[in-house]
Amino acid sequence: MPAPIRLRELIRTIRTARTQAEEREMIQKECAAIRSSFREEDNTYRCRNVAKLLYMHMLGYPAHFGQLECLKLIASQKFTDKRIGYLGAMLLLDERQDVHLLMTNCIKNDLNHSTQYVQGLALCTLGCMGSSEMCRDLAGEVEKLLKTSNSYLRKKAALCAVHVIRKVPELMEMFLPATKNLLSEKNHGVLHTSVVLLTEMCERSPDMLAHFRKNEKLVPQLVRILKNLIMSGYSPEHDVSGISDPFLQVRILRLLRILGKSDDDSSEAMNDILAQVATNTETSKNVGNAILYETVLTIMDIKSESGLRVLAINILGRFLLNNDKNIRYVALTSLLKTVQTDHNAVQRHRSTIVDCLKDLDVSIKRRAMELSFALVNGNNIRGMMKELLYFLDSCDPEFKADCASGVFLAAEKYAPSKRWHIDTIMRVLTTAGSYVRDDSVPNLIQLITNSVEMHAYTVQRLYKALLDDISQQPLVQVASWCIGEYGDLLVSGQCEEEEPIQVTEDEVLDVLEGLLVSNLSTPVTRGYSLTAIMKLSTRFSSVNRIKKVVSIYGSSIDVELQQRAVEYNALFKKYDHMRPALLERMPIMEKTATNGPTEIVQTNGETEPSVVEPKHPPPVTQPANQANDLLDLLGGNDVVPVIQTTLPTKPASAGGELLDLLGDLSLSGIPPMIAYNKNGLKIDFTFERANPNPNIAVITIHASNTTEADMTDFVFQAAVPKTFQLQLLSPSSNVVPALNQGTVTQVIRVLNPQKQQLRMRIKLTYTHKGSPVQDLAEVNNFPPQSWQ
Amino acid sequence: MMRFLLLFSRQGKLRLQKWFTPMSEREKKKIIRDMTTMVLSRQPRSCNFLHWKDLKIIYKRYASLYFCLAIENQENELLALEVIHRYVELLDKYFGNVCELDIIFNFEKAYFILDEFLMGGEIQETSKQIVNRCIESSDMLQEDDSSEWYEVELFG
Repeated sequence: MPAPIRLRELIRTIRTARTQAEEREMIQKECAAIRSSFREEDNTYRCRNVAKLLYMHMLGYPAHFGQLECLKLIASQKFTDKRIGYLGAMLLLDERQDVHLLMTNCIKNDLNHSTQYVQGLALCTLGCMGSSEMCRDLAGEVEKLLKTSNSYLRKKAALCAVHVIRKVPELMEMFLPATKNLLSEKNHGVLHTSVVLLTEMCERSPDMLAHFRKNEKLVPQLVRILKNLIMSGYSPEHDVSGISDPFLQVRILRLLRILGKSDDDSSEAMNDILAQVATNTETSKNVGNAILYETVLTIMDIKSESGLRVLAINILGRFLLNNDKNIRYVALTSLLKTVQTDHNAVQRHRSTIVDCLKDLDVSIKRRAMELSFALVNGNNIRGMMKELLYFLDSCDPEFKADCASGVFLAAEKYAPSKRWHIDTIMRVLTTAGSYVRDDSVPNLIQLITNSVEMHAYTVQRLYKALLDDISQQPLVQVASWCIGEYGDLLVSGQCEEEEPIQVTEDEVLDVLEGLLVSNLSTPVTRGYSLTAIMKLSTRFSSVNRIKKVVSIYGSSIDVELQQRAVEYNALFKKYDHMRPALLERMPIMEKTATNGPTEIVQTNGETEPSVVEPKHPPPVTQPANQANDLLDLLGGNDVVPVIQTTLPTKPASAGGELLDLLGDLSLSGIPPMIAYNKNGLKIDFTFERANPNPNIAVITIHASNTTEADMTDFVFQAAVPKTFQLQLLSPSSNVVPALNQGTVTQVIRVLNPQKQQLRMRIKLTYTHKGSPVQDLAEVNNFPPQSWQ
Repeated sequence: MMRFLLLFSRQGKLRLQKWFTPMSEREKKKIIRDMTTMVLSRQPRSCNFLHWKDLKIIYKRYASLYFCLAIENQENELLALEVIHRYVELLDKYFGNVCELDIIFNFEKAYFILDEFLMGGEIQETSKQIVNRCIESSDMLQEDDSSEWYEVELFG
């Protein structure tokens, strides 16, 4: 068998391939050769073959048949073999393969090798990809090496220890003694990795943190080291653009941050050095700014005195003016984090921040927009809004939705006058109308209704906007609604705020009918305009024209329009006496909390009416916070104890445990039932009678998940027929863990005074493996004892 | 900590991949695809930072190679740029005016250098000279393999 070709030659050959197919052919040929070579157990060329395999793996081809060969290389005596073997192990193996455990013994031997570079390879491999089992087995060796005087090995052992702690946190304690004099090292590599190790320990364990603060007096040590770095002259070994070891400086600053957080003494001890670093660091290159950035983050996070905080914010302000995009971006991100706590200080840089809205870089624009909204307050609303509206006009489509929502929110909070508010809304609708969120339309309508004195002005402006452009649906919808409500004000020219326009009833109806026939209008918009036309029948005199339009749409293909038209027709024919009352002006609506782009309103316990089809009677549910009211109505009964389900952390045999639970819980003698079982989600109902009221059935749902992925954002909703009343209490959690590792429970109380047969409709929503899932089901198999 | 480091060409060909957390082959392939798409579609003078899932992606182009480093959210982005630059400097010192071809034909050396600079997602050695000396000594040991000298301690 000829000697396998060298790595270089293979690379050269593969690179000559002109097509993907040609490359694949070459690779397959070479893989076959390598496989036969492996079979021959050839020690001489194993290294070369594995190296070639690693190259092909990087191109995307499978290389798993080389895994065992890597192990053989690691076990070899030759350094060359070990080097490639360990590299192969790191690239081809990971803790998912059982094969990797075979490495443990090799690594153990190599950790005690006489050559430090071999020890280094072993430490590196363990520290990069060691599994928990390997870490457990070899932690002792690592700890030994952490105490060696060889700085090359000591620094590697420190990072290896970090990895061990990350994999097996319980082993943290055993490294504690070795950390005692780590910081008295002169070697920067050891210092750096020691700081990383100490950081990891402090972050993971509050006890460790307290220990290092008090007993070890870590802060003074770190301050001393940092001071030496700054004050010492030029050191060729560690210099980066005139700064001595910036990597170590940043790492120390980070550890100081953790030590100083919520601790007055530590914060005070580091005050001076932070001020020194903040004022003395050279800012002409990225390196200096990296250190300043870390310093700012530390100052903001610890209990620093106000002078220091102002210094930090000013540094960020200077960053904003820097030519370097990255630095501007970092400044905006940091200011966003601090704007809540140091609002006034950040306000001082408002104009610079607003200028960043005009930056060319997309990431910077986004940050600037978020920060601008955070800075809006009652004093600067007019000026800020001008800038933000200008931004809205010219920004990319990806920003428009968020910007529009932000403008609405800010306007609602700080509007100096109602007229200004309406104008702002109009501006948004006309410039970015198609990007406005769906929920803005009802919010705006509510706002307009409540601004009673502005009705005439509003409807006039909206009408004029419609004349210009009917393509932006949210604008069109709000406008149609307003015209339907306030059309009488429009034709009578009652506007006080601006020059009233002359418009006739027919012109108005032309516009609305135009919306109905236009291809630009969505079905929802058509619905709005038809209803608006109908409402005008009590406000306008040209009722006959309206009757004609309405009757035409009685045979529309669109079911929604058809239904509306038919009902309106019926209103004209049979119920004409009711028409004026029905189409009266809307009363002022109660203000509910506006949902901004980031707020999510939890309605756990309420069933949305859209869950149930129109035919069924609407569900009657009570939100959880009205629990007491319900109980009072029923005679002030004590709450039945909520049935606790344990959330076992041990996997498997959970099926059996569930059954046990259910067995224990049929206290009332009512057998439990399976309400739903689909796609791995099972919902069991268990019953209990609420004492002493026998008309209330207390049902506990138990949701369990047999699939291998968790079901998150799990929401359970229920609806019952009209004769029942339902109360849904809060669920135990909204994550149904995979593989039956736990259940989500929720209590339902059903009042059934008429002792009718219990029926229920349930709606389940959850996220599974990243995709949203929704399902509706009917539960009819309730045991008779639960409702009789 | 750093999560992964990728080097790829302007055509999206992968030249080096270092993963600091265990991941399946499928996940790795997907991440490589996502990174190359995202980074290669960036405008020439944009800032070097991106957001992807819960990580910060720092990327920088050196000649025909893109260096793409993913860090966790609490890490310092500006320093990450320095990390990338330091690695390029180390490669440059070793290969002498390093270019993409050097990394293609000597990918294993690129890994060895990386493994002396970073480990487990953290910086291992902050001195350029020490890293270079270690690599040179290790290379010498390789040569000694063929001359049957195993235990040579060079430069401590």
